[in-house]
Amino acid sequence: MEPATRTQNPVVTGTSVLGIKYKDGIMLAADTLASYGSLARFRDVERLIKVGNTTIIGASGDISDFQYITHLLEKILIKESNTEDGHQLYARHIHEYLGRLMYGRRSKHNPLWNSMVVGGIRDGEGGTFLGFVDLQGTTYEAPTIATGYGAYIAQPILRKAVEGREDTLTEEEAEKVLEDCMRVLFYRDARSINKIQIAKVNASGISISDPRFLDTEWAFAEGIRGYGATD
Amino acid sequence: MTSIGTGYDLSASTYSPDGRIFQVEYASKAVENSGTCLGFRCKDGVVLAVEKLVQSKLLVPGSNKRIATADRHIGIATAGLLADTRHLVNRAREEAQSYRDLYRAPIPAKMIADRLGQYVQAYTLYSSVRPFGVSTILATVDKTGPQMYMIEPSGIYYGFYGCAIGKGRQVAKTEIEKLKLAEMTCREVVKDAARIIHLVHDDVKDKDFELEMSWILDSTMTHEFVPKDVADEAEQLAKASLNDDMDED
Amino acid sequence: MQMYEEQKSSCPVKVPVECRFSPYTDNGGTTLAIAGDDFCVIAGDTRQSEGYSINSRYAPKVYQLSNGSVLATGGMYADGVTLVKMIEQRLEWYRHAHDKQMSSGALAQMLSTILYHKRMFPYYVWNTLGGLDEDGKGAVYSYDPVGSYEKQKWNCSGSAGHLIQPFLDNQIGFTHQKEKAPLTLERVVQVTKDAFTSATERDIYTGDNLEMFLVTQNGIEKTRVELKKD
Repeated sequence: MEPATRTQNPVVTGTSVLGIKYKDGIMLAADTLASYGSLARFRDVERLIKVGNTTIIGASGDISDFQYITHLLEKILIKESNTEDGHQLYARHIHEYLGRLMYGRRSKHNPLWNSMVVGGIRDGEGGTFLGFVDLQGTTYEAPTIATGYGAYIAQPILRKAVEGREDTLTEEEAEKVLEDCMRVLFYRDARSINKIQIAKVNASGISISDPRFLDTEWAFAEGIRGYGATD
Repeated sequence: MTSIGTGYDLSASTYSPDGRIFQVEYASKAVENSGTCLGFRCKDGVVLAVEKLVQSKLLVPGSNKRIATADRHIGIATAGLLADTRHLVNRAREEAQSYRDLYRAPIPAKMIADRLGQYVQAYTLYSSVRPFGVSTILATVDKTGPQMYMIEPSGIYYGFYGCAIGKGRQVAKTEIEKLKLAEMTCREVVKDAARIIHLVHDDVKDKDFELEMSWILDSTMTHEFVPKDVADEAEQLAKASLNDDMDED
Repeated sequence: MQMYEEQKSSCPVKVPVECRFSPYTDNGGTTLAIAGDDFCVIAGDTRQSEGYSINSRYAPKVYQLSNGSVLATGGMYADGVTLVKMIEQRLEWYRHAHDKQMSSGALAQMLSTILYHKRMFPYYVWNTLGGLDEDGKGAVYSYDPVGSYEKQKWNCSGSAGHLIQPFLDNQIGFTHQKEKAPLTLERVVQVTKDAFTSATERDIYTGDNLEMFLVTQNGIEKTRVELKKD
């Protein structure tokens, strides 16, 4: 018998995902790059998805594992709506499901190689939800979340902008801080790209923006050897 | 019933000398005595309507539904034994999901019709099983547009523009034939669906009934019950038109 | 997570690039439990960390169980969550089978058994169980990840366990002292707060909030105190 083969490393990967709470709901941001090692392999992969009518998910890590997870979520959503009993899966339920899924796979030493941010309407009672799940089944909730390099580079910026202001931060302010963080990540994270998406959940429902380019500033490079200056 | 007592009607695995399978024909009888069930394929989707006879006043309104969803884009309405219906709907859900698992896409209309047809047919082959006591109307939308199929207890299935099964099928069919379905929208057809169900319902012989109506629209590709306000309006109009007819008589 | 890789070049230095999967992580945090004559205090901070990062400032790891006991978990958060789910299910089965709540003593033994059943792939969790025994006296049990356990009067484990335990030995046990102050609920609460504020100064994995469960004959009171966020 052949030995069982399992995912021991990610292949095509996405980098950081950011998520914050704001006055009207939840906002997520991610870039659209799927890397193959250090190669920028696919430049327009969407890593923010809508799950049902109240939840959004952003995923970093292995893209094929995330596509599989997307399929599993589709499956439970269909099962739930087929029953036509008036119940529906909210962000809290999706987060719990993903937590058990990821923990179950890590316990079989066959992990799904992702870190995910789950945002949306908490449950049938309303409220907002922002949670995290990773490949070891670690879960938590927080008003600001960042995966990957975002945890080091963006998280401090997000906490400064959001902590204690979850109920007053406007949509414009929230979008600006996320965009600023994505820009800093693009400058410093070698596995990122300057094309991003922003997803929102609020009273008017879910919206996921079309991919758009970040404005970046390179004039300073003129004076740097190797970029513009010759000596 | 010349077949009774001959012994050829005891098993689905035995033909009669003139080439019939009586068990399958008996299964069809179970369908004929059921509440009427209609399907309309129109230009922007499919409408399903069922006259659900309410067995007891003690039942919770809205329970024992006879229209079910098998996948986002598949609606199933049935006439016949409700327990058999539920089994068949479960099978349809498994088939639809297994197609999604394999192809990561919704199952096309004729494939789900074929898989269910094959499944129903298999229950006409063995002495150890009883054929399904249901006829099923399958409403789906795929990339070729709205589609409707009807599967009989024999396992045979055809695509339809309009179909009617159960008690009131004869009257209903002549009414459906008068409609220009290919030119009508679901929104319009819902009114005729409600009217025909009310028309064929026999107040004297039959118990109370609930009108169940669902549709699957080309634009959303999602099977859902007709919104309450639309359904209520259609039912009001249906009742009003019947009263007019009676006044004329 | 550890990083490894075989390098192809002739360079003698092995460079880490590729990831290898480890099913374990340490999410830090400190828990504490103290038993009095007719009460028990169980407490823990609410910070969840991974490496030098703070994941969340409020991820509670002290759980009020359905039989009236309180379980404080530390170590790997995901294992702790799973363990508590297991315990809650077993408590429910026990209730259906015997039409009564499981006693804290029975739960203490059961927890040991659950942990040992995963001896070869352990729950990476340091548990402290607190509550009242059948006579209404405070009871504290502490565990290692594979189920070895001991009944104690006081215990502190987790990332600042080594800082707080000797402090409790001194302030709760009065070890090697002539005078012993009576152990009132008020004093225990004050000692607990002091222990955690002090530990927060030195241990990077302890902070944000302190959550305390005060178990008495009259029920369980849950309180929260802010700790430093740095």
